[in-house]
Amino acid sequence: MDIELMLKVYPFFLEAAWVTILLSVLTAILGLICGTLGAAARLSRFAVLRFLGAAYVSVFRGTPALIQLFILYFGGPQIGIQLDAFEAGVIGLGINAGAYMTETIRGAIIAIDKGQREAARTLGLSSWQATYKVILPQAARLMVRPLGVNLNMLIKATALVAAIAVVELTYTAQRYIGSTYKPFEMFLLAGILYMIIIYVTGRGVAWLDRKVQIT
Amino acid sequence: MTEQTHFVEIRHAQKSFGTLEVLKDISLNVERGQIVGIIGSSGSGKSTLLRAINDLDPLTGGEIWLDGVQVNKTLPHRQYEKHINEVRQHVGMVFQHFNLFPHMTARENVTMAPKMLKGLSQADADRLAEEQLDKVGMLERIDYYPSQLSGGQKQRVAIARALAMKPKLMLFDEATSALDPELVEEVNLVMKKLAEEHMTMIIVTHEMDFAASVCDRVLFMDKGVVVEEGPPSVLFKNPTQDRTREFLRKHIEGAS
Ligand SMILES: Nc1ncnc2c1ncn2[C@@H]1O[C@H](COP(=O)(O)OP(=O)(O)OP(=O)(O)O)[C@@H](O)[C@H]1O
Ligand SMILES: [Mg+2]
Repeated sequence: MDIELMLKVYPFFLEAAWVTILLSVLTAILGLICGTLGAAARLSRFAVLRFLGAAYVSVFRGTPALIQLFILYFGGPQIGIQLDAFEAGVIGLGINAGAYMTETIRGAIIAIDKGQREAARTLGLSSWQATYKVILPQAARLMVRPLGVNLNMLIKATALVAAIAVVELTYTAQRYIGSTYKPFEMFLLAGILYMIIIYVTGRGVAWLDRKVQIT
Repeated sequence: MTEQTHFVEIRHAQKSFGTLEVLKDISLNVERGQIVGIIGSSGSGKSTLLRAINDLDPLTGGEIWLDGVQVNKTLPHRQYEKHINEVRQHVGMVFQHFNLFPHMTARENVTMAPKMLKGLSQADADRLAEEQLDKVGMLERIDYYPSQLSGGQKQRVAIARALAMKPKLMLFDEATSALDPELVEEVNLVMKKLAEEHMTMIIVTHEMDFAASVCDRVLFMDKGVVVEEGPPSVLFKNPTQDRTREFLRKHIEGAS
């Protein structure tokens, strides 16, 4: 194993890791927005919105994220959507992650005993007041862990954007293999950096989970 | 639609869940300050009737009037929501399983709705919480979370929470049946205290002794109809209907 080579290219990988992190953060934000809207739609009293929410989830969980990215990035220009690779990566992965988060958020909300909403409504709170004062604070505690799982998956899924030439970790590894002919070292280095990112994120989620549970 | 003359007036209440008819043409009047008990076997529709009064389980037929206002009137969704939220502020409800908000302390449970709906200041809200929790004997636990309270204590906080909205009517749905036997009395005492203050109450209960001691009138329900009603002295001692006799016999035997 060529450790010397690994140390030499390491700074370039580190730079690429920052792109992966930025990609993950933006994807997570977009995913949370889509997931919140998706969950709201799935729990709406309007059948049309419930249908749209369910359709969103089944389409985006029912097809490979890579195909979704390809349709957006390569197919997009054909229907007038021009995005650079990074934008397509964030939007494609964000919408995809949102489908999973929709189910996570919805699951946490419906896990709250229906007596909670009834008690709130009985006092005279509106449906929305009951939701944000009583249901969401409790559901939020249930959401942290499963959203942490979504986040873990999403970070790993950012590797897919190498296929549309976003210069993040996986793409960088591939590129250095082209010049060094050392796939073992290059992929190992990328893997280590992914692991660090995921470990730190996991610790963060665990910390947040502990913090919200204390009452 | 005729004018309402009673404080609570239920006219020809009918309720079906799909094809299952749970309430069959029930009419009932309650006067201000009256305490009405509802007894009956499991599945007879007691909870459904109680929950219809504040529209938690909307009726499929009939009318409910409270203090001159029709509760279940037909309005477009948004207007209806506004109307029903207003009505519910005047009707306190106590549930079998307390339904306290676990992420709030006793104080917050009590003050949340008054602060939100009546715009109470923090100082006024604190005073209200102290007053109401004192009334149910829970002042010492004012900053405890529900998970730190016993069942009886939780239920007393839940009663304080309902009272904090200054309701004109209190509905109790088996407030003590989820409690360990030794905790029942502390909750019954709170309810008796309310009775002494002439709070109008409708109480669904399985406790015949309690119903006999606080209620002005008791209704016996079976299969969605009111089989018999009367003052407890009559209903419990000299029921006229076979079904009532049967229920009381079983129930009193079962209890002892
Ligand atoms: N949301 C619902 N959907 C369908 N059926 C329901 C619903 N709520 C109640 N029921 C049915 O309506 C009937 C009456 O129920 P209800 O809860 O009013 O009875 P109850 O007299 O309060 O009984 P218990 O003493 O067990 O509390 C039962 O057969 C019950 O299964
Ligand atoms: Mg019941």
